[in-house]
Amino acid sequence: MRLGFVLREVFAGLSRNLSMVVSIVLVTFISLTFVGTAILLQAQINQMKSYWFDRAQVAVYMCTDFSTLGDCDQQAASADQKVVIEQRLQSTTLAPYIDRYYFEDRDQAFANFQEQFADSAVVDLVSPELLPETFWINLVDPQQSELIFEALSGLPGVESVVDQRSYLDQIFAVLNAGSLTAVSVAALMLVAAALLIATTIRLSAFSRRRELAIMRLVGASNRFIQTPFVLEGIVAAALGAGLASLALWGIVRVFVQGYLADALPATVFIQTSDALATMPLLFATGIGLAVIASYISITRYLRA
Amino acid sequence: MILFEDVSKMYRGAPKPALNNVSINIAAGEFVFLVGASGSGKSSFLRLILKEERPSAGEIHVLGQDLRRIPSRKVPLFRRSLGVVFQDFRLLPQKTVFDNVAYTLRVIGKSAGFIHEAVPDILQTVGLAQKAKNYPHELSGGEQQRVAIARAAVNKPAIMLADEPTGNLDPATSAGIMNVLSRINASGTTVIMATHDSGIVDQMQRRVIEIAGGRVVRDEHEGGYQTSAIPLGELDTAPIPIITDSDALAEPAQLPVKGISDPDTVASPFPWELRA
Repeated sequence: MRLGFVLREVFAGLSRNLSMVVSIVLVTFISLTFVGTAILLQAQINQMKSYWFDRAQVAVYMCTDFSTLGDCDQQAASADQKVVIEQRLQSTTLAPYIDRYYFEDRDQAFANFQEQFADSAVVDLVSPELLPETFWINLVDPQQSELIFEALSGLPGVESVVDQRSYLDQIFAVLNAGSLTAVSVAALMLVAAALLIATTIRLSAFSRRRELAIMRLVGASNRFIQTPFVLEGIVAAALGAGLASLALWGIVRVFVQGYLADALPATVFIQTSDALATMPLLFATGIGLAVIASYISITRYLRA
Repeated sequence: MILFEDVSKMYRGAPKPALNNVSINIAAGEFVFLVGASGSGKSSFLRLILKEERPSAGEIHVLGQDLRRIPSRKVPLFRRSLGVVFQDFRLLPQKTVFDNVAYTLRVIGKSAGFIHEAVPDILQTVGLAQKAKNYPHELSGGEQQRVAIARAAVNKPAIMLADEPTGNLDPATSAGIMNVLSRINASGTTVIMATHDSGIVDQMQRRVIEIAGGRVVRDEHEGGYQTSAIPLGELDTAPIPIITDSDALAEPAQLPVKGISDPDTVASPFPWELRA
Protein backbone atom coordinates (compact mmCIF):
# COMPACT_ATOMS: atom_id res chain seq x y z
CA MET A 1 0.00 0.00 0.00
CA ARG A 2 2.61 2.52 1.06
CA LEU A 3 5.12 1.32 -1.51
CA GLY A 4 2.50 1.62 -4.23
CA PHE A 5 1.67 5.09 -2.99
CA VAL A 6 5.32 6.17 -3.07
CA LEU A 7 5.88 4.71 -6.55
CA ARG A 8 2.79 6.45 -7.90
CA GLU A 9 4.08 9.72 -6.48
CA VAL A 10 7.47 9.14 -8.12
CA PHE A 11 5.91 8.41 -11.48
CA ALA A 12 3.59 11.40 -11.23
CA GLY A 13 6.52 13.64 -10.36
CA LEU A 14 8.62 12.35 -13.24
CA SER A 15 5.90 12.76 -15.84
CA ARG A 16 4.95 16.22 -14.54
CA ASN A 17 8.45 17.58 -15.03
CA LEU A 18 9.31 15.57 -18.10
CA SER A 19 11.48 18.18 -19.78
CA MET A 20 13.51 18.72 -16.61
CA VAL A 21 13.87 14.98 -16.13
CA VAL A 22 15.10 14.59 -19.71
CA SER A 23 17.71 17.27 -19.11
CA ILE A 24 18.88 15.52 -15.94
CA VAL A 25 19.18 12.27 -17.86
CA LEU A 26 21.20 13.92 -20.62
CA VAL A 27 23.52 15.85 -18.34
CA THR A 28 24.24 12.84 -16.13
CA PHE A 29 24.66 10.74 -19.26
CA ILE A 30 27.31 13.05 -20.67
CA SER A 31 29.10 13.69 -17.39
CA LEU A 32 29.24 10.01 -16.51
CA THR A 33 30.46 9.18 -20.01
CA PHE A 34 33.37 11.51 -19.35
CA VAL A 35 33.96 9.90 -15.97
CA GLY A 36 33.96 6.48 -17.62
CA THR A 37 36.25 7.66 -20.42
CA ALA A 38 38.77 8.90 -17.87
CA ILE A 39 38.65 5.56 -16.08
CA LEU A 40 39.05 3.61 -19.32
CA LEU A 41 41.99 5.78 -20.40
CA GLN A 42 43.69 5.02 -17.09
CA ALA A 43 42.97 1.34 -17.60
CA GLN A 44 44.48 1.57 -21.07
CA ILE A 45 47.57 3.32 -19.74
CA ASN A 46 48.03 0.68 -17.05
CA GLN A 47 47.66 -2.14 -19.52
CA MET A 48 50.18 -0.62 -21.88
CA LYS A 49 52.57 0.06 -19.02
CA SER A 50 52.51 -3.46 -17.71
CA TYR A 51 52.79 -4.87 -21.22
CA TRP A 52 55.55 -2.65 -22.50
CA PHE A 53 57.64 -1.92 -19.47
CA ASP A 54 58.65 -5.55 -19.23
CA ARG A 55 59.47 -5.68 -22.88
CA ALA A 56 61.09 -2.30 -23.21
CA GLN A 57 64.79 -2.53 -23.96
CA VAL A 58 67.69 -0.16 -24.11
CA ALA A 59 69.14 0.02 -27.57
CA VAL A 60 72.80 0.91 -28.19
CA TYR A 61 72.91 1.88 -31.86
CA MET A 62 76.32 1.62 -33.50
CA CYS A 63 77.52 3.94 -36.21
CA THR A 64 76.77 3.27 -39.88
CA ASP A 65 78.51 4.69 -42.92
CA PHE A 66 75.74 7.25 -43.16
CA SER A 67 75.30 8.35 -39.60
CA THR A 68 76.42 11.79 -38.50
CA LEU A 69 75.30 11.73 -34.91
CA GLY A 70 77.56 11.04 -31.90
CA ASP A 71 81.17 10.45 -32.87
CA CYS A 72 80.26 8.58 -36.01
CA ASP A 73 81.48 10.96 -38.71
CA GLN A 74 80.00 8.73 -41.45
CA GLN A 75 82.13 5.74 -40.56
CA ALA A 76 80.68 2.43 -39.51
CA ALA A 77 81.71 1.17 -36.10
CA SER A 78 84.80 -0.99 -36.22
CA ALA A 79 85.07 -4.51 -34.80
CA ASP A 80 87.32 -3.16 -32.02
CA GLN A 81 84.77 -0.62 -31.00
CA LYS A 82 82.10 -3.31 -30.76
CA VAL A 83 84.38 -5.42 -28.60
CA VAL A 84 84.86 -2.48 -26.25
CA ILE A 85 81.11 -2.13 -25.89
CA GLU A 86 80.73 -5.83 -25.23
CA GLN A 87 83.48 -5.70 -22.58
CA ARG A 88 81.75 -2.79 -20.90
CA LEU A 89 78.52 -4.71 -20.79
CA GLN A 90 80.23 -7.67 -19.19
CA SER A 91 82.22 -5.56 -16.71
CA THR A 92 81.49 -5.82 -12.99
CA THR A 93 80.11 -2.27 -12.93
CA LEU A 94 77.32 -2.90 -15.43
CA ALA A 95 76.74 -6.66 -15.41
CA PRO A 96 74.72 -6.76 -12.16
CA TYR A 97 72.10 -4.42 -13.67
CA ILE A 98 71.77 -6.26 -16.92
CA ASP A 99 69.41 -9.15 -17.22
CA ARG A 100 70.58 -10.14 -20.69
CA TYR A 101 71.75 -8.53 -23.91
CA TYR A 102 72.27 -9.57 -27.50
CA PHE A 103 73.86 -8.17 -30.59
CA GLU A 104 71.79 -7.60 -33.73
CA ASP A 105 73.77 -7.28 -36.97
CA ARG A 106 72.62 -5.50 -40.12
CA ASP A 107 71.06 -8.52 -41.79
CA GLN A 108 69.02 -9.38 -38.70
CA ALA A 109 67.96 -5.78 -38.38
CA PHE A 110 66.91 -5.75 -42.02
CA ALA A 111 64.96 -8.96 -41.61
CA ASN A 112 63.14 -7.52 -38.59
CA PHE A 113 62.50 -4.33 -40.44
CA GLN A 114 61.01 -6.14 -43.41
CA GLU A 115 58.80 -8.14 -41.13
CA GLN A 116 57.62 -5.12 -39.16
CA PHE A 117 56.84 -2.98 -42.20
CA ALA A 118 55.83 -5.82 -44.50
CA ASP A 119 52.93 -3.92 -46.00
CA SER A 120 54.72 -0.63 -46.34
CA ALA A 121 56.50 0.81 -49.36
CA VAL A 122 59.30 1.98 -47.10
CA VAL A 123 60.79 -1.53 -47.25
CA ASP A 124 61.90 -0.94 -50.81
CA LEU A 125 63.84 2.14 -49.81
CA VAL A 126 65.83 0.46 -47.08
CA SER A 127 68.87 -1.70 -47.53
CA PRO A 128 70.87 -3.50 -44.79
CA GLU A 129 73.64 -0.89 -44.99
CA LEU A 130 71.30 1.83 -43.84
CA LEU A 131 70.37 0.04 -40.64
CA PRO A 132 72.61 0.22 -37.58
CA GLU A 133 74.07 -2.69 -35.72
CA THR A 134 72.54 -2.71 -32.29
CA PHE A 135 73.16 -4.04 -28.78
CA TRP A 136 69.74 -4.80 -27.28
CA ILE A 137 69.83 -4.73 -23.49
CA ASN A 138 67.21 -5.97 -21.07
CA LEU A 139 67.74 -4.43 -17.66
CA VAL A 140 67.03 -6.11 -14.35
CA ASP A 141 65.16 -2.95 -13.36
CA PRO A 142 63.83 -1.12 -16.44
CA GLN A 143 63.94 2.17 -14.51
CA GLN A 144 67.76 2.21 -14.47
CA SER A 145 68.38 2.89 -18.15
CA GLU A 146 70.29 6.00 -17.09
CA LEU A 147 73.24 3.76 -16.09
CA ILE A 148 73.64 2.35 -19.59
CA PHE A 149 73.19 5.77 -21.05
CA GLU A 150 75.99 7.23 -18.92
CA ALA A 151 78.33 4.30 -19.43
CA LEU A 152 78.01 3.85 -23.19
CA SER A 153 76.89 7.03 -24.93
CA GLY A 154 79.78 9.03 -26.25
CA LEU A 155 82.03 6.01 -26.68
CA PRO A 156 83.66 5.73 -30.10
CA GLY A 157 81.45 3.93 -32.59
CA VAL A 158 78.26 4.51 -30.65
CA GLU A 159 75.68 6.56 -32.47
CA SER A 160 73.13 6.78 -29.68
CA VAL A 161 71.70 5.03 -26.62
CA VAL A 162 67.92 4.96 -26.51
CA ASP A 163 65.57 3.72 -23.83
CA GLN A 164 62.45 2.50 -25.60
CA ARG A 165 60.45 3.61 -22.61
CA SER A 166 61.02 7.21 -23.59
CA TYR A 167 58.81 6.60 -26.62
CA LEU A 168 56.15 5.15 -24.34
CA ASP A 169 56.40 8.04 -21.89
CA GLN A 170 55.31 10.39 -24.64
CA ILE A 171 52.31 8.25 -25.43
CA PHE A 172 51.43 8.03 -21.76
CA ALA A 173 51.77 11.77 -21.37
CA VAL A 174 49.23 12.25 -24.16
CA LEU A 175 46.87 9.64 -22.70
CA ASN A 176 47.23 11.11 -19.23
CA ALA A 177 46.44 14.58 -20.51
CA GLY A 178 43.37 13.13 -22.22
CA SER A 179 42.21 11.44 -19.07
CA LEU A 180 42.82 14.59 -17.01
CA THR A 181 40.76 16.58 -19.49
CA ALA A 182 37.97 14.04 -19.27
CA VAL A 183 38.04 14.22 -15.47
CA SER A 184 37.87 18.03 -15.50
CA VAL A 185 34.96 18.08 -17.93
CA ALA A 186 33.27 15.34 -15.91
CA ALA A 187 33.69 17.32 -12.66
CA LEU A 188 32.12 20.44 -14.19
CA MET A 189 29.31 18.45 -15.74
CA LEU A 190 28.64 16.65 -12.47
CA VAL A 191 28.30 19.98 -10.68
CA ALA A 192 25.82 21.04 -13.37
CA ALA A 193 23.98 17.74 -12.98
CA ALA A 194 23.76 18.15 -9.20
CA LEU A 195 22.37 21.67 -9.50
CA LEU A 196 19.94 20.57 -12.17
CA ILE A 197 18.69 17.74 -9.98
CA ALA A 198 18.27 20.12 -7.05
CA THR A 199 16.30 22.57 -9.19
CA THR A 200 14.12 19.86 -10.65
CA ILE A 201 13.27 18.47 -7.23
CA ARG A 202 12.43 21.98 -6.06
CA LEU A 203 10.10 22.42 -9.01
CA SER A 204 8.57 19.04 -8.39
CA ALA A 205 8.01 19.92 -4.74
CA PHE A 206 6.51 23.25 -5.73
CA SER A 207 4.06 21.62 -8.11
CA ARG A 208 3.01 19.36 -5.24
CA ARG A 209 2.98 22.06 -2.56
CA ARG A 210 -0.67 21.44 -1.67
CA GLU A 211 -0.06 17.77 -1.06
CA LEU A 212 3.12 18.56 0.86
CA ALA A 213 1.33 21.05 3.09
CA ILE A 214 -1.37 18.51 3.89
CA MET A 215 1.12 15.71 4.47
CA ARG A 216 3.02 17.84 6.95
CA LEU A 217 -0.19 18.93 8.61
CA VAL A 218 -1.59 15.46 9.13
CA GLY A 219 1.71 14.11 10.40
CA ALA A 220 3.26 12.14 7.56
CA SER A 221 6.81 11.32 8.60
CA ASN A 222 9.60 13.33 7.04
CA ARG A 223 11.07 10.25 5.46
CA PHE A 224 7.74 9.40 3.86
CA ILE A 225 7.46 12.91 2.43
CA GLN A 226 11.03 12.99 1.16
CA THR A 227 11.33 9.50 -0.29
CA PRO A 228 9.37 10.08 -3.54
CA PHE A 229 11.49 13.12 -4.35
CA VAL A 230 14.78 11.39 -3.67
CA LEU A 231 13.60 8.42 -5.75
CA GLU A 232 12.70 10.79 -8.55
CA GLY A 233 16.28 12.05 -8.62
CA ILE A 234 17.60 8.50 -8.44
CA VAL A 235 15.49 7.28 -11.36
CA ALA A 236 16.59 10.16 -13.58
CA ALA A 237 20.27 9.79 -12.66
CA ALA A 238 20.15 6.00 -13.05
CA LEU A 239 18.76 6.44 -16.57
CA GLY A 240 21.69 8.75 -17.32
CA ALA A 241 24.14 6.23 -15.85
CA GLY A 242 22.57 3.47 -17.94
CA LEU A 243 23.01 5.49 -21.12
CA ALA A 244 26.60 6.32 -20.17
CA SER A 245 27.37 2.64 -19.56
CA LEU A 246 25.88 1.77 -22.92
CA ALA A 247 27.90 4.50 -24.64
CA LEU A 248 31.18 3.36 -23.06
CA TRP A 249 30.50 -0.24 -23.96
CA GLY A 250 29.80 0.89 -27.51
CA ILE A 251 32.99 2.98 -27.67
CA VAL A 252 35.15 0.08 -26.52
CA ARG A 253 33.35 -2.40 -28.73
CA VAL A 254 33.17 -0.40 -31.94
CA PHE A 255 36.04 2.06 -31.74
CA VAL A 256 38.70 0.37 -29.62
CA GLN A 257 38.14 -3.29 -30.44
CA GLY A 258 36.64 -2.81 -33.87
CA TYR A 259 38.98 -0.14 -35.19
CA LEU A 260 42.04 0.58 -33.03
CA ALA A 261 42.87 -3.04 -32.34
CA ASP A 262 42.95 -3.73 -36.08
CA ALA A 263 44.81 -0.57 -36.93
CA LEU A 264 47.50 -1.05 -34.26
CA PRO A 265 47.89 -4.81 -33.87
CA ALA A 266 51.11 -4.53 -31.86
CA THR A 267 49.37 -2.68 -29.01
CA VAL A 268 47.27 -4.17 -26.24
CA PHE A 269 43.88 -2.56 -25.82
CA ILE A 270 41.18 -2.56 -23.16
CA GLN A 271 38.40 -5.09 -23.55
CA THR A 272 34.64 -4.65 -23.26
CA SER A 273 35.01 -6.30 -19.85
CA ASP A 274 36.90 -3.16 -18.75
CA ALA A 275 33.90 -1.10 -19.84
CA LEU A 276 31.61 -3.41 -17.89
CA ALA A 277 33.80 -2.98 -14.82
CA THR A 278 33.26 0.80 -14.85
CA MET A 279 29.46 0.46 -14.84
CA PRO A 280 28.97 -0.06 -11.09
CA LEU A 281 31.08 3.02 -10.48
CA LEU A 282 29.06 5.08 -12.96
CA PHE A 283 25.79 4.02 -11.35
CA ALA A 284 27.17 4.63 -7.86
CA THR A 285 28.39 8.10 -8.85
CA GLY A 286 25.15 9.05 -10.59
CA ILE A 287 22.87 7.70 -7.89
CA GLY A 288 25.00 9.02 -5.05
CA LEU A 289 24.95 12.46 -6.62
CA ALA A 290 21.17 12.29 -7.11
CA VAL A 291 20.54 11.19 -3.54
CA ILE A 292 22.63 14.00 -2.06
CA ALA A 293 21.32 16.72 -4.40
CA SER A 294 17.66 15.78 -4.15
CA TYR A 295 17.77 15.14 -0.40
CA ILE A 296 19.32 18.53 0.30
CA SER A 297 16.90 20.20 -2.09
CA ILE A 298 13.72 18.68 -0.65
CA THR A 299 14.87 19.15 2.94
CA ARG A 300 15.55 22.81 2.32
CA TYR A 301 12.22 23.20 0.57
CA LEU A 302 10.35 21.63 3.47
CA ARG A 303 12.15 23.78 6.01
CA ALA A 304 11.50 27.01 4.15
CA MET B 1 -5.15 18.86 27.43
CA ILE B 2 -3.78 22.22 26.23
CA LEU B 3 -1.84 24.32 28.69
CA PHE B 4 -0.16 27.65 27.95
CA GLU B 5 2.02 29.03 30.72
CA ASP B 6 3.20 32.62 30.32
CA VAL B 7 3.66 32.08 26.60
CA SER B 8 5.04 34.90 24.48
CA LYS B 9 5.76 34.84 20.80
CA MET B 10 7.94 37.41 19.09
CA TYR B 11 8.38 37.38 15.34
CA ARG B 12 11.64 38.58 13.98
CA GLY B 13 11.41 42.15 12.78
CA ALA B 14 8.04 42.76 14.42
CA PRO B 15 8.04 45.55 17.03
CA LYS B 16 5.35 43.99 19.21
CA PRO B 17 4.96 40.40 20.33
CA ALA B 18 2.21 38.42 18.57
CA LEU B 19 1.38 36.82 21.90
CA ASN B 20 2.29 38.40 25.19
CA ASN B 21 2.40 36.39 28.39
CA VAL B 22 -0.57 34.18 27.61
CA SER B 23 -1.69 31.58 30.12
CA ILE B 24 -4.59 29.35 29.16
CA ASN B 25 -5.81 25.95 30.20
CA ILE B 26 -8.19 24.07 27.91
CA ALA B 27 -9.61 20.81 29.19
CA ALA B 28 -10.36 17.69 27.19
CA GLY B 29 -13.69 17.77 25.37
CA GLU B 30 -14.12 21.54 25.50
CA PHE B 31 -15.42 23.64 22.62
CA VAL B 32 -13.55 26.92 22.61
CA PHE B 33 -14.02 30.00 20.44
CA LEU B 34 -10.98 32.12 19.88
CA VAL B 35 -12.05 35.65 19.01
CA GLY B 36 -10.25 38.88 18.37
CA ALA B 37 -9.45 41.34 15.62
CA SER B 38 -7.29 40.33 12.69
CA GLY B 39 -3.67 40.30 13.77
CA SER B 40 -4.57 39.92 17.42
CA GLY B 41 -2.64 36.67 17.72
CA LYS B 42 -5.30 34.00 17.12
CA SER B 43 -3.41 32.31 14.33
CA SER B 44 -0.16 32.41 16.29
CA PHE B 45 -2.01 30.70 19.12
CA LEU B 46 -3.13 27.89 16.79
CA ARG B 47 0.27 27.58 15.15
CA LEU B 48 1.91 27.24 18.54
CA ILE B 49 -0.40 24.37 19.45
CA LEU B 50 0.50 22.68 16.15
CA LYS B 51 4.18 23.18 16.87
CA GLU B 52 4.54 25.06 13.62
CA GLU B 53 6.14 27.80 15.70
CA ARG B 54 8.20 27.78 18.86
CA PRO B 55 7.27 30.12 21.69
CA SER B 56 9.77 32.86 22.45
CA ALA B 57 9.08 32.37 26.16
CA GLY B 58 6.89 30.21 28.34
CA GLU B 59 5.78 26.61 28.23
CA ILE B 60 3.18 24.85 26.13
CA HIS B 61 1.84 21.44 27.01
CA VAL B 62 -0.42 19.66 24.54
CA LEU B 63 -1.85 16.20 25.21
CA GLY B 64 0.48 15.81 28.16
CA GLN B 65 3.58 16.58 26.17
CA ASP B 66 5.91 19.50 26.66
CA LEU B 67 6.17 20.86 23.13
CA ARG B 68 9.70 22.10 23.71
CA ARG B 69 10.78 18.56 24.38
CA ILE B 70 9.39 16.99 21.23
CA PRO B 71 12.32 16.48 18.85
CA SER B 72 11.59 17.67 15.33
CA ARG B 73 11.56 14.15 13.95
CA LYS B 74 8.77 13.26 16.40
CA VAL B 75 6.64 16.25 15.39
CA PRO B 76 4.84 14.33 12.61
CA LEU B 77 3.77 11.69 15.13
CA PHE B 78 2.52 14.42 17.47
CA ARG B 79 0.49 16.04 14.68
CA ARG B 80 -1.40 12.83 14.01
CA SER B 81 -3.42 13.50 17.14
CA LEU B 82 -4.44 16.93 15.84
CA GLY B 83 -6.84 17.84 13.05
CA VAL B 84 -6.76 21.21 11.31
CA VAL B 85 -9.38 23.02 9.23
CA PHE B 86 -8.79 26.24 7.32
CA GLN B 87 -10.90 29.04 5.97
CA ASP B 88 -9.89 28.16 2.38
CA PHE B 89 -10.55 24.38 2.73
CA ARG B 90 -7.22 23.36 1.12
CA LEU B 91 -8.56 20.31 -0.68
CA LEU B 92 -6.63 18.56 -3.44
CA PRO B 93 -8.49 19.51 -6.64
CA GLN B 94 -7.53 16.43 -8.65
CA LYS B 95 -8.72 13.96 -6.00
CA THR B 96 -12.26 12.87 -5.25
CA VAL B 97 -13.92 13.53 -1.91
CA PHE B 98 -13.12 9.99 -0.85
CA ASP B 99 -9.48 10.28 -1.91
CA ASN B 100 -9.06 13.65 -0.27
CA VAL B 101 -10.12 12.18 3.04
CA ALA B 102 -8.28 8.90 2.47
CA TYR B 103 -5.09 10.82 1.60
CA THR B 104 -4.62 11.71 5.25
CA LEU B 105 -4.73 8.08 6.23
CA ARG B 106 -2.60 6.88 3.33
CA VAL B 107 0.28 9.21 4.06
CA ILE B 108 0.45 8.10 7.67
CA GLY B 109 0.52 4.49 6.55
CA LYS B 110 -2.93 3.18 7.45
CA SER B 111 -4.01 -0.05 5.80
CA ALA B 112 -6.42 -0.13 2.87
CA GLY B 113 -8.86 -2.03 5.02
CA PHE B 114 -8.84 0.65 7.69
CA ILE B 115 -9.25 3.38 5.07
CA HIS B 116 -12.27 1.69 3.52
CA GLU B 117 -13.96 1.56 6.90
CA ALA B 118 -13.00 4.92 8.34
CA VAL B 119 -13.56 7.14 5.31
CA PRO B 120 -17.22 6.26 4.55
CA ASP B 121 -17.82 6.49 8.27
CA ILE B 122 -16.58 10.04 8.62
CA LEU B 123 -18.25 11.08 5.34
CA GLN B 124 -21.50 9.86 6.89
CA THR B 125 -20.80 11.96 9.97
CA VAL B 126 -20.31 15.15 7.94
CA GLY B 127 -23.26 14.29 5.69
CA LEU B 128 -21.40 13.69 2.44
CA ALA B 129 -21.84 9.94 2.05
CA GLN B 130 -23.51 10.50 -1.32
CA LYS B 131 -20.72 12.68 -2.69
CA ALA B 132 -17.74 10.41 -2.11
CA LYS B 133 -16.99 10.15 -5.83
CA ASN B 134 -17.36 13.84 -6.61
CA TYR B 135 -14.46 16.21 -7.12
CA PRO B 136 -14.08 19.34 -4.98
CA HIS B 137 -15.02 21.70 -7.84
CA GLU B 138 -18.36 19.92 -8.11
CA LEU B 139 -19.21 20.78 -4.50
CA SER B 140 -20.53 23.92 -2.85
CA GLY B 141 -18.33 25.84 -0.44
CA GLY B 142 -20.09 24.36 2.56
CA GLU B 143 -19.67 20.86 1.20
CA GLN B 144 -16.01 21.48 0.52
CA GLN B 145 -15.50 22.65 4.07
CA ARG B 146 -17.21 19.53 5.30
CA VAL B 147 -14.77 17.45 3.27
CA ALA B 148 -11.98 19.38 4.95
CA ILE B 149 -13.50 18.67 8.35
CA ALA B 150 -13.87 15.00 7.47
CA ARG B 151 -10.23 14.96 6.48
CA ALA B 152 -9.20 16.55 9.77
CA ALA B 153 -11.42 14.24 11.81
CA VAL B 154 -11.00 10.91 10.04
CA ASN B 155 -8.05 9.90 12.19
CA LYS B 156 -10.08 10.60 15.35
CA PRO B 157 -7.81 13.38 16.59
CA ALA B 158 -7.93 14.40 20.24
CA ILE B 159 -7.87 18.06 19.25
CA MET B 160 -9.34 19.85 16.27
CA LEU B 161 -8.11 23.32 15.36
CA ALA B 162 -10.32 25.35 13.05
CA ASP B 163 -9.04 28.66 11.70
CA GLU B 164 -12.12 30.65 10.64
CA PRO B 165 -13.80 27.62 9.07
CA THR B 166 -16.93 29.62 8.25
CA GLY B 167 -15.10 32.68 6.99
CA ASN B 168 -15.93 32.00 3.35
CA LEU B 169 -19.45 30.69 3.86
CA ASP B 170 -22.91 32.17 4.03
CA PRO B 171 -24.72 32.09 7.39
CA ALA B 172 -27.00 29.13 6.66
CA THR B 173 -24.09 27.04 5.39
CA SER B 174 -22.04 28.13 8.40
CA ALA B 175 -24.75 26.74 10.63
CA GLY B 176 -24.38 23.35 8.98
CA ILE B 177 -20.63 23.49 9.49
CA MET B 178 -21.09 24.37 13.17
CA ASN B 179 -23.40 21.44 13.44
CA VAL B 180 -20.73 19.13 12.15
CA LEU B 181 -18.11 20.60 14.45
CA SER B 182 -20.44 20.28 17.41
CA ARG B 183 -21.01 16.67 16.56
CA ILE B 184 -17.30 16.01 16.36
CA ASN B 185 -16.90 17.80 19.70
CA ALA B 186 -19.67 15.66 21.16
CA SER B 187 -17.75 12.55 20.20
CA GLY B 188 -14.96 13.67 22.53
CA THR B 189 -12.69 15.80 20.37
CA THR B 190 -11.58 19.11 21.83
CA VAL B 191 -12.40 21.84 19.31
CA ILE B 192 -10.68 25.20 19.18
CA MET B 193 -12.14 27.52 16.61
CA ALA B 194 -10.81 30.94 15.69
CA THR B 195 -13.59 33.06 14.25
CA HIS B 196 -14.93 36.51 13.46
CA ASP B 197 -18.47 35.23 13.19
CA SER B 198 -20.28 36.97 16.05
CA GLY B 199 -23.57 35.27 15.29
CA ILE B 200 -22.16 31.81 15.72
CA VAL B 201 -20.34 32.67 18.93
CA ASP B 202 -23.36 34.36 20.48
CA GLN B 203 -25.57 31.50 19.49
CA MET B 204 -23.43 28.61 20.61
CA GLN B 205 -22.76 29.91 24.13
CA ARG B 206 -19.51 28.08 24.57
CA ARG B 207 -16.25 29.09 26.15
CA VAL B 208 -14.87 32.24 24.53
CA ILE B 209 -11.26 33.35 24.72
CA GLU B 210 -10.71 36.83 23.37
CA ILE B 211 -7.26 37.94 22.35
CA ALA B 212 -6.35 41.56 21.71
CA GLY B 213 -2.88 42.81 21.00
CA GLY B 214 -1.38 39.46 21.90
CA ARG B 215 -3.01 39.29 25.35
CA VAL B 216 -5.95 37.32 26.59
CA VAL B 217 -8.47 40.02 27.50
CA ARG B 218 -11.40 37.74 28.23
CA ASP B 219 -11.89 34.09 29.04
CA GLU B 220 -15.52 33.38 29.57
CA HIS B 221 -17.51 30.19 29.80
CA GLU B 222 -20.77 30.33 27.87
CA GLY B 223 -19.72 33.66 26.47
CA GLY B 224 -20.69 35.66 23.45
CA TYR B 225 -18.80 37.53 20.77
CA GLN B 226 -17.86 40.99 21.80
CA THR B 227 -14.86 42.82 20.61
CA SER B 228 -13.26 44.60 23.48
CA ALA B 229 -13.02 48.33 23.00
CA ILE B 230 -11.34 48.81 26.34
CA PRO B 231 -7.78 50.13 26.11
CA LEU B 232 -5.16 47.53 26.91
CA GLY B 233 -3.68 49.49 29.78
CA GLU B 234 -6.70 48.82 31.89
CA LEU B 235 -6.57 45.14 31.15
CA ASP B 236 -3.28 44.24 32.72
CA THR B 237 -5.10 42.16 35.22
CA ALA B 238 -6.91 40.28 32.49
CA PRO B 239 -8.83 38.08 32.05
CA ILE B 240 -11.73 40.28 32.99
CA PRO B 241 -15.16 38.83 32.35
CA ILE B 242 -17.24 41.23 30.35
CA ILE B 243 -20.98 41.14 30.61
CA THR B 244 -22.32 40.25 27.23
CA ASP B 245 -25.21 41.78 25.40
CA SER B 246 -28.29 40.94 27.41
CA ASP B 247 -30.37 40.54 24.24
CA ALA B 248 -28.14 37.80 23.01
CA LEU B 249 -28.32 36.00 26.30
CA ALA B 250 -32.06 36.35 26.68
CA GLU B 251 -33.00 33.47 24.47
CA PRO B 252 -30.07 31.20 23.75
CA ALA B 253 -31.01 29.15 20.76
CA GLN B 254 -30.76 25.43 21.22
CA LEU B 255 -28.28 23.96 18.84
CA PRO B 256 -29.31 20.47 17.85
CA VAL B 257 -26.21 18.39 18.29
CA LYS B 258 -27.28 14.82 18.50
CA GLY B 259 -29.64 12.63 16.56
CA ILE B 260 -29.36 14.37 13.24
CA SER B 261 -28.39 12.26 10.30
CA ASP B 262 -27.78 14.90 7.68
CA PRO B 263 -26.90 18.46 8.57
CA ASP B 264 -28.19 19.61 5.21
CA THR B 265 -31.72 18.70 6.11
CA VAL B 266 -31.64 20.72 9.28
CA ALA B 267 -33.14 24.15 9.06
CA SER B 268 -30.77 26.81 10.19
CA PRO B 269 -31.12 27.19 13.94
CA PHE B 270 -29.76 30.70 13.72
CA PRO B 271 -32.10 33.56 12.84
CA TRP B 272 -29.30 35.22 10.87
CA GLU B 273 -31.44 37.59 8.90
CA LEU B 274 -32.78 39.20 12.04
CA ARG B 275 -29.35 39.97 13.37
CA ALA B 276 -28.01 43.31 12.28
